[in-house]
Amino acid sequence: MDYLLDFIQFSLFLAVLISLSVLLGNFFYNGLNGEKNVLSFFLSKTEKFIYSLLKVDANHEMSWKRYASALLVSNIIGILVLLVMQLTQIYLPLNPQHLPNVEFFLALNTAISFVTNTNWQSYSGEVTLSNFVQMLGLAVQNFISPAVGIAVLLAVVRGIARRKESTIGNYWVDLTRSILYVLLPLSIIVAVLLVSQGVVQSFDSNVAAITIQGETQTIPLGPAASQIAIKQLGTNGGGFFGVNSAFPFENSSPLSNFIQVLSILLIPGALVFTFGRMLGSKKHAWALFGVMLLMFICGVVISYWSEVSSSSTFAANQLMEGKETRFGIFNSVLWSTATTAASNGSVNSMHSSLSPIAGLIVLLNMHLGEIIFGGVGSGLYGMFLFILITVFIAGLMVGRTPEYFGKKIESYEIKWAMIGILLPSIAMLTLTAVGATTQTGLSSSLNKGPHGLSEILYAFSSGAANNGSAFAGLSTNTNFYNIFIGLAMLIGRYGVILPVLAIAGNLVKKNISPVTTGTFATDNLLFAFLLFSIIMIVGALNFFPVLSLGPILEHFLMQYRINF
Amino acid sequence: MSTKDYEISLFDKNIILTAIKDSFKKLNPFYLMKNPVMFIVGIGAAMTTAIFLADAAEGNFNHFDFQITMWLWFTVLFANFAEAIAEGRGKAQTENLRKTRTTTIARKIINGKEIKVSAVELRAGDLVICEAGDLIPADGEVIEGVASVDESAITGESAPVIRESGGDRSAVTGGTKVLSDKIIIKISSNPGETYIDRMIALVEGAKRKKTPNEIALSILLSGLTLVFLVVVVTLKYFFNYFYITLAQDVSFVSITVLISLLVCLIPTTIGGLLSAIGISGMNRLLKHNVIAMSGRAVEAAGDIDVLLLDKTGTITLGNRMATEFIPAFGITEEYLADAAQLASLSDETPEGRSIVVLAKENFGIRERQIKELNAQFIPFSAKTQMSGVNLNAADGLPKRIIRKGSLEAIKKYISDETNVNLNSQSDFLFTQMMGVDIALAGGTPLVVAENKKILGLIQLKDVVKEGIKERFVQLRKMGIRSIMITGDNQLTATAIAGEAGVDDFIAEAKPEDKLKRIRDEQTKGRMIGMIGDGTNDAPALAQADVGIAMNTGTQAAREAGNMIDLDSSPTKLIEVVEIGKQLLMTRGALTTFSIANDVAKYFAIIPAIAVSLFASASLNGPLSALNIMKLASPQSAILSAVIFNALIIIALIPLALKGIKYRPEGAAAVLKRNILVYGVGGLIIPFFGIKLIDMLIITLNLI
Repeated sequence: MDYLLDFIQFSLFLAVLISLSVLLGNFFYNGLNGEKNVLSFFLSKTEKFIYSLLKVDANHEMSWKRYASALLVSNIIGILVLLVMQLTQIYLPLNPQHLPNVEFFLALNTAISFVTNTNWQSYSGEVTLSNFVQMLGLAVQNFISPAVGIAVLLAVVRGIARRKESTIGNYWVDLTRSILYVLLPLSIIVAVLLVSQGVVQSFDSNVAAITIQGETQTIPLGPAASQIAIKQLGTNGGGFFGVNSAFPFENSSPLSNFIQVLSILLIPGALVFTFGRMLGSKKHAWALFGVMLLMFICGVVISYWSEVSSSSTFAANQLMEGKETRFGIFNSVLWSTATTAASNGSVNSMHSSLSPIAGLIVLLNMHLGEIIFGGVGSGLYGMFLFILITVFIAGLMVGRTPEYFGKKIESYEIKWAMIGILLPSIAMLTLTAVGATTQTGLSSSLNKGPHGLSEILYAFSSGAANNGSAFAGLSTNTNFYNIFIGLAMLIGRYGVILPVLAIAGNLVKKNISPVTTGTFATDNLLFAFLLFSIIMIVGALNFFPVLSLGPILEHFLMQYRINF
Repeated sequence: MSTKDYEISLFDKNIILTAIKDSFKKLNPFYLMKNPVMFIVGIGAAMTTAIFLADAAEGNFNHFDFQITMWLWFTVLFANFAEAIAEGRGKAQTENLRKTRTTTIARKIINGKEIKVSAVELRAGDLVICEAGDLIPADGEVIEGVASVDESAITGESAPVIRESGGDRSAVTGGTKVLSDKIIIKISSNPGETYIDRMIALVEGAKRKKTPNEIALSILLSGLTLVFLVVVVTLKYFFNYFYITLAQDVSFVSITVLISLLVCLIPTTIGGLLSAIGISGMNRLLKHNVIAMSGRAVEAAGDIDVLLLDKTGTITLGNRMATEFIPAFGITEEYLADAAQLASLSDETPEGRSIVVLAKENFGIRERQIKELNAQFIPFSAKTQMSGVNLNAADGLPKRIIRKGSLEAIKKYISDETNVNLNSQSDFLFTQMMGVDIALAGGTPLVVAENKKILGLIQLKDVVKEGIKERFVQLRKMGIRSIMITGDNQLTATAIAGEAGVDDFIAEAKPEDKLKRIRDEQTKGRMIGMIGDGTNDAPALAQADVGIAMNTGTQAAREAGNMIDLDSSPTKLIEVVEIGKQLLMTRGALTTFSIANDVAKYFAIIPAIAVSLFASASLNGPLSALNIMKLASPQSAILSAVIFNALIIIALIPLALKGIKYRPEGAAAVLKRNILVYGVGGLIIPFFGIKLIDMLIITLNLI
């Protein structure tokens, strides 16, 4: 194996990620705050047009409750529309394959999945959903759901930065700007890049080809590249094709692979700098980015080490089962770490085939609540909850009531931060417990032993973390999993968004204490270290027992040559 | 001022015995419910007790279950003990204050007649008479008469203080003793509402209200407890999964074992010590003779950004002192000193005395026989604004007429009677210039004239207290700005502010200036602390986030503040800030410690609990690889973790009571040290602790 080549690739990847994040962070700042940028010349009129269409007064701000209700109403409508589309797709246009209407619980699961930015897919894309549903249903949500994440993040920033006010922005304005100035321009660029690499972009129905052996092979086609761009950028992850980016038509070349992994982390990474600039502290942004980057690098390195060292157990060269032979181990673990660190969920390898410890990393990434860069917007507002807990515990140690950017962190904030952090964790654990001990839950499981447990755990973790990737090995298209993973996705999304908005709504009312030498600093290495420790102890420790019985047990069993 | 020594030994026998008794009383579930973490431990202990008893009834005495059960009860008891001992110390401190009052008989005035009633029956608004020798029955205000009062019972200061109706010195405290004269007092509080009662409520667990930050921390701890509950309950199901799918032996994962895991994971250390920390904070205040009206104020003290300090008595020694004689042309310094001393001989004001002292120090001029001098002293009069002396010759006519006073007063005195234009006299011009010089340096010039000729000036200066400058440097390091308030003019204020090293000052301050400044600072998000005594301070004391009223102050001031300083020491605010900070730091440090402990406990219990998974006759389960402490057996591992968890509460009680070490430093330095000690320490210590206990268990053959 060529470690050096992998090292160079990784360094290149990180360098590009960091520089583009900084660059885009500033670019987003202008767009999201309604300031002039390169695009506003073209888009400001569109923006105004959208407001007039939605009958929105861009200058009218909302209280957190209004903001939250607007968000919930728009999301509920989104779910209903998607649901109806799937239930009636046979009667709708653009269904060249004449795919039948989707069964109710699968349709519900899919609707929730795409609206919550999860993109969990209990179905195989190209054989279940018509182009109409994919383009006008899913693809639309692929834009809206990350935009919702950015909107919530903007509301949080206002909550922190404003002094003694009552409003946290206008949801519709935030949503519109997020789509126009962040998601749309980037996805156009990425789509074009992908097409240049040979990713499919076509309105034709599937092509039947006769192979050399004389057999008929169906070659699926469709408007893939444009969807894939937003799938990656919006940390959506729902593939156009069933096997996602492990499929050559979806991920055609090493360069397309590079672009796609990069796209996963790009917007979440850049938003950290937007966040920092809006709060007026670049150093704070670097501290947060540093923590994310560190955890990301750890994840990749540990996974990579695990893959390489596990191979020796099997006297095999590499654990290549389930991995993309075109890209090799490194690109598989890079992707697997990135896709679970961010709440993306697209895959270019089968996570079930990862070595146990690499499997542990992807699980852990999700258990932490997808805050290592995380989902678009959601990663950072999830991180925000951890920041509050860090500031609270460590802040006490400097002998002051804890503050974050001068805002006092009191019982109201702590209450909601704990709810936001714990709800998804509790959902993951309880639902897994139900899945792992009931006949209905177990009947879907392909594997036994720790690996089987990991599969079930992965499914609910992926749902509650709004990740959407699957471990494989678990057939989840059953009513049980469709309903309960649907529930997990709802808890994981709104169980965090609502607390975060409530906190923003309370913070915005507070006065800002000026910084003194007695203030707990949030922009240095020590803070980064503390944040990292709190994430590990408060976020990860809850999952240590179940992970011990899953991947860790499997890891040790593998040394005994017991496999599942 | 001497401070009464309230220091109580950590190992006071009586307090410990009472605390042990109280720890059992506090097992009452309704009481435990106030502390969710300990409540869960209590429920767990009750459950394991039931399981153990059920087994024992069947003749199956399970040693492991028995020991776990005992240690779980100990965990609760230790936490109760921590609270009880803090309470006991607090009570001992307040006892001294309360003792006197309960036996007091009050002479209540009803319809003009005097009736003897017990002090506890008094209500607000009642009038009582106190004469020499009487104890004042309750807090109140003097509405008639003047008396000297011995307040040593609460302040430790033996010198009597004057209490009189009207003015700034009308408030009296229950339990103090009238030494002379007769006063009529209007009682200001109902039984159970006096300051001491309120303070007692702050140190008694049952009555104590949690402070805002304590509530927030409790929420955090409850949240962690809840999630660990889910972790442990679901863990049982995950084990069942292995039983269902692969028929693995999971019999070891009993309810007792799971409860042990739960108790080890939930933050029992901080949960058990939290209320002790809060109570001890109040105790420390009491030790400094400060009574807080609420726990909230103590917490707020840690947050103070700006201190408003009166100049006099706080930054400078109470009064201006003579520091230099500056003679006019043709006059020797000694002659000036001599004249000044003569003029000040009968001047009992501190300034006057300081002139005599300076003359003695510089020129050895001693007191003389006043008779021999045939002197007639002219006391300071409001009309002339001067004081002085007439030395009469034998014939009774004045030989030397010496006057001292402000530049303006002397100018008026000379020019009025001689009709000379002083502005053209070089002596006077010189004097005037020197006067400006002195004022620029923060002093006050006093002019001495003899027989209407100016002899020179005395420089009176505010003397900045020793060590106060360093104090302000420390405060600045802690991020606290100090603002000096003074009635002095701009010039003097500037000079003293510079000398004392305060960050800002308000000169020629009127009461409304203080209030305005507080509001301005608060608008900018700053927290303000101030100390005051007079009625005119009341609005500012009420507006400040932490307002400390001096005990000698008026009732209005005491009502407005949220703390009372029994010593009436103006620098007390600084100590109060430190106590507030220490309180928050102790909470944070022990929380960090408690949470960091979990890592080691996981490594003790998880491998133990999973030992039978995929174990063969010859080989332990593969997860025993996680047993990095190499604990002897699954039982001993779990027991050690539980024992460690219980003992660490006891071990940390002294820390909770005394508070973690406090140094006046910036946030960064404080944080670094605390993280190292309590964070990293909390991570490492339990690994050794648990291992050690495990070794002991094996040596003693407990399992």
